[in-house]
Amino acid sequence: MAKGIWVYAEVRDNKIKKVTYEILSAGRKFADQLGEELCAVLVGKGVAELAPGLGAYGADKVYVIEGDRLENYTTDGYTKVVADLLKTYQPSAFLLGCTIRGRDLAAQVAQRLNTGLLTDCTDIALEDGQLVFTRPIYAGKAFIRACCPEARPVMATIRPNVLPVAAPQEGKTAEVVPVSADPGDLRQVIREVVRQVSTRPELTEADIIVSGGRGMKGPENFKILEELADVLGAAVGASRAAVDAGWAPHSMQVGQTGKTVSPTIYIACGISGAIQHLAGMGSSKCIVAINKDPEANIFKVATYGIVADLFQAVPVLTEEFKKLLASS
Amino acid sequence: MKIVVLMKQTFDTEAKITLDSQGKINRQGVNLIINPYDEFAVEEALRIKEKHGGEVALVSVGGDSVQEALRQALAMGADRAVLINPEMEEVDEFTTATILAKAVSGLEYDLILGGWRAIDDGSAQVAGRVAEILDLPVVNQVTKIEIEAGKAVATRDIEGGSEVVEVPLPAVLTAQKGLNEPRYPTMKGIMQAKKKPMEKKNLADLGLSDDQVAPKVKVLEYFLPKPRAAGKILEGEVPEAVAALVKALREEAKVI
Repeated sequence: MAKGIWVYAEVRDNKIKKVTYEILSAGRKFADQLGEELCAVLVGKGVAELAPGLGAYGADKVYVIEGDRLENYTTDGYTKVVADLLKTYQPSAFLLGCTIRGRDLAAQVAQRLNTGLLTDCTDIALEDGQLVFTRPIYAGKAFIRACCPEARPVMATIRPNVLPVAAPQEGKTAEVVPVSADPGDLRQVIREVVRQVSTRPELTEADIIVSGGRGMKGPENFKILEELADVLGAAVGASRAAVDAGWAPHSMQVGQTGKTVSPTIYIACGISGAIQHLAGMGSSKCIVAINKDPEANIFKVATYGIVADLFQAVPVLTEEFKKLLASS
Repeated sequence: MKIVVLMKQTFDTEAKITLDSQGKINRQGVNLIINPYDEFAVEEALRIKEKHGGEVALVSVGGDSVQEALRQALAMGADRAVLINPEMEEVDEFTTATILAKAVSGLEYDLILGGWRAIDDGSAQVAGRVAEILDLPVVNQVTKIEIEAGKAVATRDIEGGSEVVEVPLPAVLTAQKGLNEPRYPTMKGIMQAKKKPMEKKNLADLGLSDDQVAPKVKVLEYFLPKPRAAGKILEGEVPEAVAALVKALREEAKVI
């Protein structure tokens, strides 16, 4: 019988991504309740040194797959080594972060293993010995609770920033199991990687997001949002109206045809609050709206609202936060 | 260049979601559209066809209502459409991908395009599963496609940037916003679309049994999120309101 809760440990810039710790923290509870092992899978080149540290977040074992041809993520290479490993050990569950790579890998592995996959999950529960996942549909306008009754492993990708990270257990290290694996034929050849030079966090993983809409009036004005964001260590987002007007790249769009985000604080500046935008940010813990139209829809969901011209309010807000953060 | 586009009909982005008396998503009175990401795929297929020649075939899974979305894509310029109605109560991404892959395998293709996700279930796995079933390379979330001899060169989103990936054809590429700006059908296009072939099939026509496409995932419950209560409007002139906001974030919400 399939046994073991397995977690894909995603690495970026030689660091384990936070979502991995979030999943391990949840996985630890279920592994204990089920009396199963919690294992992590770590793939790449020169990543082995990151393996023992996963123990502090709950992993009993870490399977490490290293190779020169695994230095860059390719769908083919990573799918093959991960799917081969899962076929050998047959865990009961395999969970990944719902990141660009996590999504890409999960779909291929799920089909190769002939199993079910629930993506972008915002909660996991154990009910009658079975993992039950909550996930949004219609970008969060509705939700489903779903399970995978028979096929194993049940697979899911978990949205970053929604599950809490348990306090790391200092001194606990995971057993490291090196695995030799053949990535096979890599049909995706990476010709070029273009990194946007940004010190700001990824939109979907940011703790604070400052977002601008039609009220920004032009691309040059996003500078005042960037200044606020940089004081807070926040990411900058945009509404569909701002993206469609060409003021911000599509990668910054929050909403049903953009990214779904769940930060601790979402600061909406000059955003009216169209239903498709609210779908993408409605699960933020605290929403701040700045808009000069007192009737704007965004005020119906905002925790705090300021009815004012954003061009006046945002710079003042930046200064206030500077003062606050300098004094604490 | 024979191009197949995987297409889905979805609710309009402005649609308000409610539940019906069975506790399922209420489909009554909702405006239906081509999934916006699939529309980018249709547009890209047409541009590739205009440049390299060839044919664009649409494949979709769903009921009769989907014909409307297919006719719209035919009016944009696609050549033909295949609609498979599985006549099943519950389907999942495994079901849909298995059906699409089977239908596509009956067509000639050099390139398969689709949206990287649909805006309804947002699961972003059907195209990838189709690639896996057909043993084709996949590149997801692409914002640029160049066709060269026997290969596609695609620019895809990655975290903090983009990546240029080359794959041999045939391949599956999924469209991200930013790939193109879809055209509107012309009146001539709409008239021509009425005469373009639309094949309607069921599982038996594809040689599939219910067992082969039985879903892996079971939905236990649909529910709507708790409506967010409107919060506080911080009154006063800008300096006072902003000071009150910062104070509230620190002392009341305790988030900063």
